[in-house]
Amino acid sequence: MKIALPLILVGVTILLMVVAFVGPGHARGTVGIAAGSALSDLTSKSDTPQQALTNLMVEVQRRHWDRAFAALSKTSGSDEPSFIQDWIGSGGSLRSFSNLEGFDPRPLHITNDEAQMRVRLHFSTPVGPIEDVRDIHLVREGDIWKAVWPKFQSPAVPAEVIPVTYLRWDLVTGTADDQWGSKNVDGPRVRIISMNAVDSAEGAVVMGEVVNEDTIPAFVNVNSTLVDGAGNPIDDESSFDKIDHILLPKQVTPYRIDFPGFSLKDVKNVRMDVKAALVPASADPVIGVMNQKIDADAQGKSILHGDLFNESGQTVNIPHVIASFYDGNGKVVWVSDGYVDRALLPQSSEPFAVEIPRSLAGKVHNFHVVVNQYSLGRS
Amino acid sequence: MRRNFPIRESRIALSACLLAASLLGVCAAQELTVPASVTAGEETVISTTGSGTATFYLLGPGVSRKNEVSLGQEIHLQARDLQTAGDYLAILCSGTCRSASFYVNAAKPASVTFLVHPSRVPVGQSDAVSGVAFPFDQFHNLVLTQKAINFQLTAGSSSLLSQSVRTRDGVAWFRTASGKAAGTLQVVASLDDLSAKRAVQQVASDPCNLHIQGQRTANGILVETEPVHDCAGNPVPDGTIVTFTATEAGGKDTVDAPIKKGIAKAQMDAAGAVVVSAASGVVMGNEVRIGAH
Repeated sequence: MKIALPLILVGVTILLMVVAFVGPGHARGTVGIAAGSALSDLTSKSDTPQQALTNLMVEVQRRHWDRAFAALSKTSGSDEPSFIQDWIGSGGSLRSFSNLEGFDPRPLHITNDEAQMRVRLHFSTPVGPIEDVRDIHLVREGDIWKAVWPKFQSPAVPAEVIPVTYLRWDLVTGTADDQWGSKNVDGPRVRIISMNAVDSAEGAVVMGEVVNEDTIPAFVNVNSTLVDGAGNPIDDESSFDKIDHILLPKQVTPYRIDFPGFSLKDVKNVRMDVKAALVPASADPVIGVMNQKIDADAQGKSILHGDLFNESGQTVNIPHVIASFYDGNGKVVWVSDGYVDRALLPQSSEPFAVEIPRSLAGKVHNFHVVVNQYSLGRS
Repeated sequence: MRRNFPIRESRIALSACLLAASLLGVCAAQELTVPASVTAGEETVISTTGSGTATFYLLGPGVSRKNEVSLGQEIHLQARDLQTAGDYLAILCSGTCRSASFYVNAAKPASVTFLVHPSRVPVGQSDAVSGVAFPFDQFHNLVLTQKAINFQLTAGSSSLLSQSVRTRDGVAWFRTASGKAAGTLQVVASLDDLSAKRAVQQVASDPCNLHIQGQRTANGILVETEPVHDCAGNPVPDGTIVTFTATEAGGKDTVDAPIKKGIAKAQMDAAGAVVVSAASGVVMGNEVRIGAH
């Protein structure tokens, strides 16, 4: 009996170790290494345009840059460094924090020697999944197909000095005694100037615009609560990243609050609450939104597109576009947003595009775009 | 402001005790006389009659003590026992118990607590600035006796308000309009030689007559505002956003530009004939038309 218990414990331990090695938990992939059928170690021969494109994307996904570049046609204008930069980004842009998670290739036009393919790229990013669509030209070289990759042209910024009248607000914590009323600085005064609630395919959506009426910058967040007929709250959500949080004096931002899975038919009332706090802020960089236009893209979707132009001398690492769309009466009918995955270099432009739901495209008469920006190392 | 809730329970218990003692018919002849008025932080005496020794209890908002005393002599209450204003109960027990209560008033004001709202206000707003003052003595008791507090509001060298207000239940307040000129509004509440200063920042109101001009340049168009003022002529603070919108046949350009050194300017790359407008918050400016390149 004395040795029975230790023997049982040793036996159970060995059994658990064996289970750990051969059990189903061990089958999971190691964190940090992508798994999936697209990443099988052996790539098939690129004897069709589809297979060639798939092979190329798999190598890009694995970040096997040499093999990926070898899969390009010699007629490509690209060199390997610019090809790599095209995929991994630079300047602290959103692309440099992204991973290619998946892709959906489909043919547009194929002949014996040439093919035009469209690939929908799915990136995972710190701000959520982002999709990109690329049209890729492929040519047959012998018995294999290769992609023709145009050279990635990053903006060439000349060396120059851009004078900026620096404008910034700092917060000073008073050093007076702790007597009542000796340290009061009121928070900024902000106001919701419009609000609209609609049902969308994903659920209820509350949107509108907020203005900073004060003379100081404000950190703004809008919260909304759906209330049912009995006066009970059903759900409450915040605008999260669908708002320009830092509002300079007299600046207007759209906001959108999503209630996934809820329908307005169950809602009697919507409570709005805007919170504003005093924060240090800078008036720079100034980003212009140029050539704004609503067009239909290749898939027939209504897209508001344009170019962001950085008018100042600082690099904007991650530009974020938020657009409000108005009907003929000036009422906000939708708010869309989108991140630009290229850094916005000083005095240079980057294109942007945000989507308008098909059901609302016909109602849109006007729009207003604001640009939120995230820059590394700056508040 | 100090409260004296704990004394209430103690008083009820002791009153019950006294009543029980009286009913048992054991009351004796000792008496105590408390002062009619006591000021916080000052010594006082309670006189007693009778002979022999007794137990003395003192219950107040900031004190609870017990000691043996000789009847027929005065009981000296130390200044530190009477620092908190409010109701006090003195009890003397020698076989039977006698009690008396007295009130300790706040001492003379030693500080003025002054709350002013808001800290920042647009010019030309009626009833926009308010202030509340509370006089306290050196022991932080709210001074409930009426005092005249003088409120003075000055902007630069001009006086906007000078008003003497008597406190009521320890509070005096004012409410007034903001001035016409942007700048710091000094607000002072004074009581005798005491004063408390606060500052209210008077800021320009919404832009008024927002006017822009534009010209074509080699890179597109350059638009800028004239110096932006509110309707009272105060310059709108730098950093205020002016939104320029250039509309042309092929689309539109917008730039949210901050006012710097009084004007806001933006570079836009419109090549065709454009109509440029400006807005700041909910205030619209004029439109300018600029011909094609």
